[in-house]
Amino acid sequence: MAEIQEKSGGGKQRPGVKKGKKLSTRIDLTPMVDLGFLLITFFIFTTTMSKPKTMEINMPVDKPDIEEKDKNKVKDYTAMTVLLSKQNRVYYYTGLADDPMNPPKVEVTYFQSKNGIRDAIIALKKRVYEERGNGMPGHNIKDEPVILIKPDTTSQYDDIVNILDEMNINGITTYALVDITDVDRDFIKKTEEANLSAQ
Amino acid sequence: MSKHKLPRKSTHIDMTAMCDVAFLLLTFFMLATKFKPDEPVVVKTPSSTSDIILPDNSILLTVDAKGQVFFDYDNKKAKKALINTVSQEKGLNLTEEEKAAFVNGASFGLPFNQMKQYLSIPPMEQKSYAFTGIPVDTSYVAATNELGYWIQAARTAGQDEGHPPRICIKCDASTVYPKVKDVIKTLTKNNIDRFNLLTSLEAVPEGTDLFKERSKQ
Repeated sequence: MAEIQEKSGGGKQRPGVKKGKKLSTRIDLTPMVDLGFLLITFFIFTTTMSKPKTMEINMPVDKPDIEEKDKNKVKDYTAMTVLLSKQNRVYYYTGLADDPMNPPKVEVTYFQSKNGIRDAIIALKKRVYEERGNGMPGHNIKDEPVILIKPDTTSQYDDIVNILDEMNINGITTYALVDITDVDRDFIKKTEEANLSAQ
Repeated sequence: MSKHKLPRKSTHIDMTAMCDVAFLLLTFFMLATKFKPDEPVVVKTPSSTSDIILPDNSILLTVDAKGQVFFDYDNKKAKKALINTVSQEKGLNLTEEEKAAFVNGASFGLPFNQMKQYLSIPPMEQKSYAFTGIPVDTSYVAATNELGYWIQAARTAGQDEGHPPRICIKCDASTVYPKVKDVIKTLTKNNIDRFNLLTSLEAVPEGTDLFKERSKQ
């Protein structure tokens, strides 16, 4: 802070002779501390922000020579298939749909908080947990809902991340990202046609 | 009665000690900070509720909206070993300076035959290089799929870190699935079944299982 050097009065001073000014050797460090802490704050923020967050994904093993007996069989009542299609549309059906004579009921929805795919997943989980202990043949108390995710070629990356995120949100432990089949494409087509004619 | 004179104390505080502390901390943070590396393309990642932090020693595959693939590896030591292997096996004849440019450089996306040209230009101009992406074909094997080769070579080079490098995919939200699938298939065909997807963080919706689990903690 600026200090006023007072003129030393009283003393005899001859004109023309200058007295050396006594300057304080103290420096005020407050602005420097301010600067220091400002920079610290900046660095703290940049360090924590730059560490990106990720989600982990486990893909099914992609080997052609897996024997039939080593494959996990999905039970019909635990299964649900989610088809991702264009314009963030989500088609889904429950069951394995392995009987061509009896096609599943395919529903269409979106990633929305109400009546979206999340509610369908929650409903599936609830139903599997209710049915798994009822002693029916093939039902086991350890059964978990299984979701197969099949993105169509028209789907986008954020659809995949969204659906994987739904698995995480709803606590679905068994799910797989697999290729779409022609049968599934047919389901999408038929559902679209049915919806068009209904309008 | 004599008046007692109160001793006048200076209101000045010695700031030296505080200044020392401030700059000590500043030095610490400056050394500990890793700045965001330069990115060749702008990628808008989708958001998820997942909060796993990207592990160290990881390979970052950036996929932009057009499906071009870029490769980056945060381990400089392994990157050095990697470029030596690549230069030798692919006959690129890179000089030491070009190898150093690769080690210190940012994410890149080029086929092998353009690598030498790209690495020989000054670092400031490398940013504006017209990238075409690392070629990914549907054969998915390291012999013909260049991305597969990079990943295999990088995993070998990063082996001595104790664990093989983790693969992380940073993909644009609007990339169409077939492009993403090619990258994922390349990984699974090379026996990499676990990897990370880089997403930005969003809040967990209320009332869901994950929300209940997290609020318990």
